[in-house]
Amino acid sequence: MAVLETLTRPEVEDFLILEASLLNEWRLEEWRALFTQDCSYLVPNMNGDPYAPPDASLYLIADDGHHLTERVKRLGKKTAHAEFPRSRTRRLISNVRFLARSPAQVKVESSFITYRAAQGVTDTFYGRHEYCIVEQAGGLRIHEKRTILDMEALRPQGRLSIIV
Amino acid sequence: MQHHQGAHADAAIRIDEDSGRFGVARSSYTDPHLHAAEMEAIFARCWLFVGHDSELPKPNDFVARSVAGRPVIFLRDRDGTVRCLLNICPHRGAQVCRQKKGSAKLFSCIYHGWAFENTGRVISIAEAETYHPSFNDRSCNVGANDLVAVPRFESYRGLWFLNFDRQAGSLHDYLGGAREYIDIVMDQADEGMRVVGEVQEYSARANWKLLAENSTDILHVVTLHPTYLDLVKTNSAGTMVRGKVLGKSIDLGNGHAVVEREASYGRPIAKWMPMWGEEARVEIDAIFARLVARYGEERAMRMATCARNLLIFPNLVINDIMSVTLRTFQPAAVDYMEVSVWAIAPGEEFGKPALARRLTNFLEFLGPGGFATPDDIEALESCQRAFAASREAPWNDLSKGLGRAPDPTDELPQRTFWLQWRDRLMQREL
Repeated sequence: MAVLETLTRPEVEDFLILEASLLNEWRLEEWRALFTQDCSYLVPNMNGDPYAPPDASLYLIADDGHHLTERVKRLGKKTAHAEFPRSRTRRLISNVRFLARSPAQVKVESSFITYRAAQGVTDTFYGRHEYCIVEQAGGLRIHEKRTILDMEALRPQGRLSIIV
Repeated sequence: MQHHQGAHADAAIRIDEDSGRFGVARSSYTDPHLHAAEMEAIFARCWLFVGHDSELPKPNDFVARSVAGRPVIFLRDRDGTVRCLLNICPHRGAQVCRQKKGSAKLFSCIYHGWAFENTGRVISIAEAETYHPSFNDRSCNVGANDLVAVPRFESYRGLWFLNFDRQAGSLHDYLGGAREYIDIVMDQADEGMRVVGEVQEYSARANWKLLAENSTDILHVVTLHPTYLDLVKTNSAGTMVRGKVLGKSIDLGNGHAVVEREASYGRPIAKWMPMWGEEARVEIDAIFARLVARYGEERAMRMATCARNLLIFPNLVINDIMSVTLRTFQPAAVDYMEVSVWAIAPGEEFGKPALARRLTNFLEFLGPGGFATPDDIEALESCQRAFAASREAPWNDLSKGLGRAPDPTDELPQRTFWLQWRDRLMQREL
């Protein structure tokens, strides 16, 4: 667990910048590989408790590892109509800080703004990402990513067809 | 104006039985005058869904939301009575409730401090002694200083509806033939259906009628949602592959319609699929046995293995598909709607693995982050953008299945919707 113990904020920022760039560039399989196999990717409903258990509360997205793999497969297809032709996206991340550290995992938060442009409309998504990061094969892997949106509703964005 | 819009509505639908054509003028989705006429002839006259009983579990619980553009407070008062009050101070008009939900015995206005019990009754007026004596005398003013309740407010099987038309017939009669299908959904629960978590709130840059059409449209599933069908195929280890859809579309009267057919996916009540594992199979077999004991083999089979998409005119959808969802859409402008979505589940599933299966099934398809709904929104918005060409390409076609016994993929529900829309706008005797 050497990597985690000595992990600095600039190092974890580099990792999160890499993650954002893979999404910006639609390199989604490489993005999926930043996660553990048994990961979760969660986007809670902005009307509720962002930490409510996803098996007893209605989330917007509550993917386990299987569903995240399938989501990436879907977004790679031309029949994912909401994202084909692919939207143009730009993710800005900032305010990175450690929330908690232990020998087995670190919890990290970033603030984000994501722009999505498609079909003549630009939408903005904003909020914070909370990561649980673990070490695997000498590198960092995301075990959980929880995206907590600050908007009051998905209005007028209407959808979460991208990974914000 | 009303008369003129009625004539426009009549011309908006073109039926030619001889050539088997049913057309809808695309200007019906884009004309701001028609939008204003709809708000009067439909949204101020029809029964509109407000919320579910279980959103207000305790006395004094409230939810503030918007129905047909009006701010309302949906609440359970101190005595347990469910009410719907217009969220506007009788004094100078500020919203007396400014939180989305919570618990409150009183609502007091931030502007000048008038305060109200959650029954709507006024209990405090700023500097009351400076008014004429009869202003504050309830025997003279007949509640004139109270919060105004919506004109009509009635419920069926836990679903609460309002009507802005005091003269409207009963909700029971309005729902008419749709009640049978509400029953078959609600009867799946032993301990009553309950809302799970919070409402999902999203939107579409499209006319509201496009979502009314889409919600009972089975034809589009194969072309618009192949990525969802791929997921079901994977999850079911190749055992659930969409073939011909067996079932029927039914005009239920009053503009309501349903499509009921064999489900091509796992259902929490009660159709097992391999990804859920053997333990779930035992649970689902037990649910099915309970349905058979209670309703008999035939109705139990129908409840368990059939999916149903139900539209209650004009803007409530009850889809009992891979999960059960309630969906409303409020027309905020001629080309923009606000969508609200609830997940409901039988009370007895709470705290059990069955609820997790239901929610996973929900999110696989439904909601703004699902594997299917974002593609629906894309299609609706694509229609709305293309309607800019309506002058040169004026007609949408809804002819599929005209003049024959309707198949689940026929456009009968959409035609049912549009004929009611036309009749309402023309203010025919209904």
